[in-house]
Amino acid sequence: MYQYIIKRLLLMIPTLFGAMVLVFILMRLIPGDVCEVRMAGFGVYADQEAIDICRENLGLNDPVYVQFFQVIKGYFTLDLGESMWTGRPITHEIGLRFQLSLQIAVMATVVAILIAIPLGTISAVKQDTWIDYCVRAFSIAGIAMPSFWLGIMIILGLLITTQAWFGTPWMPPIVYVSPFEDLAGNLTQLIWPAVATGYRYSAVATRMTRSALLEVLREDYVRTARAKGLLEKVIINRHALKNAMLPVVTIIGIEFAFLIGGLVVTEQVFNLNGLGKLFVESVLNLDFTLTQQLVMLVVVIFVMTNLVIDIFYAWLDPRIRYA
Amino acid sequence: MTAPHIQVETDAVELAERPPWTVVIFGLIRRYPLGAAGALVVIVMIAMALFADVIAPYDPEANAFEHMFTPPGLQFLLGTDDFGRDILSRIIYGARTALFVGFVAAFVGATAGLVLGVASAYFGGWFDLLLQRVMDVFMAFPLIIMALAVVAVLGPGIDKVIIAITIPFIPQCARVVRSSALAIREIPYVDAARALGFGHARIILRHMVPNVMAPYLILLTAFVGQAILLEAVLAFLGLGVQEPTAAWGLMLKSGAEEYAESAPWIAIFPGVAISLAVFGFNLFGDGLRDALDPKLRMQ
Repeated sequence: MYQYIIKRLLLMIPTLFGAMVLVFILMRLIPGDVCEVRMAGFGVYADQEAIDICRENLGLNDPVYVQFFQVIKGYFTLDLGESMWTGRPITHEIGLRFQLSLQIAVMATVVAILIAIPLGTISAVKQDTWIDYCVRAFSIAGIAMPSFWLGIMIILGLLITTQAWFGTPWMPPIVYVSPFEDLAGNLTQLIWPAVATGYRYSAVATRMTRSALLEVLREDYVRTARAKGLLEKVIINRHALKNAMLPVVTIIGIEFAFLIGGLVVTEQVFNLNGLGKLFVESVLNLDFTLTQQLVMLVVVIFVMTNLVIDIFYAWLDPRIRYA
Repeated sequence: MTAPHIQVETDAVELAERPPWTVVIFGLIRRYPLGAAGALVVIVMIAMALFADVIAPYDPEANAFEHMFTPPGLQFLLGTDDFGRDILSRIIYGARTALFVGFVAAFVGATAGLVLGVASAYFGGWFDLLLQRVMDVFMAFPLIIMALAVVAVLGPGIDKVIIAITIPFIPQCARVVRSSALAIREIPYVDAARALGFGHARIILRHMVPNVMAPYLILLTAFVGQAILLEAVLAFLGLGVQEPTAAWGLMLKSGAEEYAESAPWIAIFPGVAISLAVFGFNLFGDGLRDALDPKLRMQ
């Protein structure tokens, strides 16, 4: 097992290195740099001298290979550097927004699980009935709806229903409140983006629950349980569902890894200042250093989640052994 | 060698007279009701895109400021937007953009993935290892940043949008195809082909690729839906096709949020069009999967 983990960790190195090179090159292929973007923002005729000074200060005049080694050196000295745009340390910029994005991601996962497991189970138990068809259509609709549109529709729905019921339109507050200060206020704000993201997320998990459960329900031990005269409820809950959870856990994990990237659009619609928004801003500002570290953060989350899922898988199912 | 008596009899009847096509289609609808519903949506969409000039009541790009923000009614069935353009006409023409991006990106992405996946399985060894690592990088790389960079480097435009969408499809397809192809490589006829002295290209294209057609076709239909959705997302972020082209995601970008309360139809209908289209392609893909390859049902 330890050998397997070490092997997997070593295999991550080329992936991470590849991603690092890729984002480094991609960003520098874009015409312009952060200094030009900033000067253009001032609205006056860009002073060449000012741009030169700015470039000199940020090290943009150094040869590309020097800049590249600067990035690599940062990883070995555990210093991620400063944002080219704000000048503040990148760990500070990310830290500010990490809590918000992580909270939405976790809440969306909870929403997805709450939708997926009951619906997937009903759908499998009532296979090929109209209930099954409705559940399947509902889950495919989740994949089909763009989450930004669902977000707009949720806001619109809130405005209309509050207008009709209370007489005044109500919208979720835009200023972020920490859950440790005001839990209720925090939840009324973040539940909507979590639902918009979670519904889409649930679609894949619902389908996985259904098909995994269908597979398990054909197993011999389920037939034995039926032959013993166990209640159908007990068979489903205690025998079948537990074994069907394996692929469901995997798919939930994989989707979680994608979630950070997916939040870009949702945060845009609900106007939340999270990692997704920081991402778009840093690319548009051509903030090389910040974009570099944000991409690496997403990639690290992705590969680590994949590893954790595989280990978790072996732990859940003792039949699986990695060598 | 003899099959059970009853089966032989029914087979004989079926072979004797082929049922007319109406019966075949009716049978398919009854066996795969969801897939048939999806096929219907796909057909309607293709018809909308092909005959847009005939169906659309107005010019999708002509501004008419005297008709701004008209609610849905008899004159404008789905209302007009902030430039007075007829939303129904823009949705009909938008089907062209969506289908064009969807089909091209899905076809190119899936086909490149198909060839790479089969080659990776066939050659194995260091080639396989290296290719898989490259695929890992592209799988883990956030799509939005890729799209942002591609558009920033190449400039906006429908062809750049297609490039940005195609790139992430390649590793997805390559991975699935590779696992199917690994099993096929072990079948003796590949060895036989090699023993006969056939070249690598011939073995890959003529002997292995046809055998992984089922997962390829399934992924292809799934990709069309995904591509339509991604195109909408990119357009919404301002990275996709540009005004005044009729595209569904763009219709949601330009003011849909601002006017959500006063003119909700601007926000509602294009989103319904996107959802329905992707919904249709997904249902169709699911039906295709059930019909083509029962083994893949669990995905």
